[in-house]
Amino acid sequence: MVADPVPLQLASELFPNGISRYAVGGLLVGLGTVLIYIGTGIPAGASTFLESTLSYVSSQSRFQQYVASRDWRLVFTAGIILGAFVFAATVQSGVVSSSLYQPGSTGQLYEVAGVTLWTTDVQIWRLFFGGILVGIGTRIGKGCTSGHGVCGVGSASKTSLVGVATFMTVAIGTAQVVAALGVSP
Amino acid sequence: MTERHPLFKPLVFVGGLVFGFGLGFSHMARPEVVLNFLQFDDLGLPFVMFGAAIVSGTAFALLPRIRDRAPLTGDPYERRLKPFDRNVLVGGAVFGVGWGLSGICPGAAYASLGTGNITILWALAGMFIGAYVQGYWRSQSTDTEAGFTGAD
Repeated sequence: MVADPVPLQLASELFPNGISRYAVGGLLVGLGTVLIYIGTGIPAGASTFLESTLSYVSSQSRFQQYVASRDWRLVFTAGIILGAFVFAATVQSGVVSSSLYQPGSTGQLYEVAGVTLWTTDVQIWRLFFGGILVGIGTRIGKGCTSGHGVCGVGSASKTSLVGVATFMTVAIGTAQVVAALGVSP
Repeated sequence: MTERHPLFKPLVFVGGLVFGFGLGFSHMARPEVVLNFLQFDDLGLPFVMFGAAIVSGTAFALLPRIRDRAPLTGDPYERRLKPFDRNVLVGGAVFGVGWGLSGICPGAAYASLGTGNITILWALAGMFIGAYVQGYWRSQSTDTEAGFTGAD
């Protein structure tokens, strides 16, 4: 307890919420990806869902190319939503507790029928306009944090490594500028 | 469309469940936490993406040595390799501005909805609008045949 106070202090400054919730969550995200890959051979990303679902309502060729996968992509997204709800009903609600989970203090918690739910404090205009750019950028850039970040990096794809380096660098710059302009949260 | 194995969609669903639970547990489904990383207030977030990439990368490397084809589709096990062009940089930069502004990416947005974050529907609406705008524009610029110029 007495030894190495400086490195410990530094670690708690860089990682105020520890690393276990991030690492465990990441392992589970990887496990979900691997389950699908083992059975189907598909390295599934999350952002194609946006275009494949638009093929139900638009006949544009760009969306129609995803007709063959649009049904299982809906199932994948429904699974993601429900899996996160299971997290909310168990760990977030305190029904299941773990020393690996650091609850933090972001956003607002609220209760519905005994389940602790969570909602963001980030301003709506940031979510909406940021969302538009995410929708454009992920589809032009051939992938998002899961397609490039998890599957592409896992494939040691040079395209994905460049893609990840690009969006991470630009995102850091953008968030720093927005914070410097005094926008919070 | 060809007949799929009856376990195809159940497996995709279970994979999605684990994926979504992980995004919730990691707090990557919270825009505040992503923004705290991008502003260097909490550097834990890369453990999510790179942790997941290590797990998937291990499977991508091992499975082709164990089996030739996936049992539910008959497809060969391949890595995710996409051709590089200028779009990767342009799209990546646009995504980066959007991610840095909102703190949310597509998979995390679906998961965020599952944790009760109704407000994230604004981001999801934006993502669909953005995906539609680029798809409409790119369909117009690549379609030469009349077949696909439909009602919209």
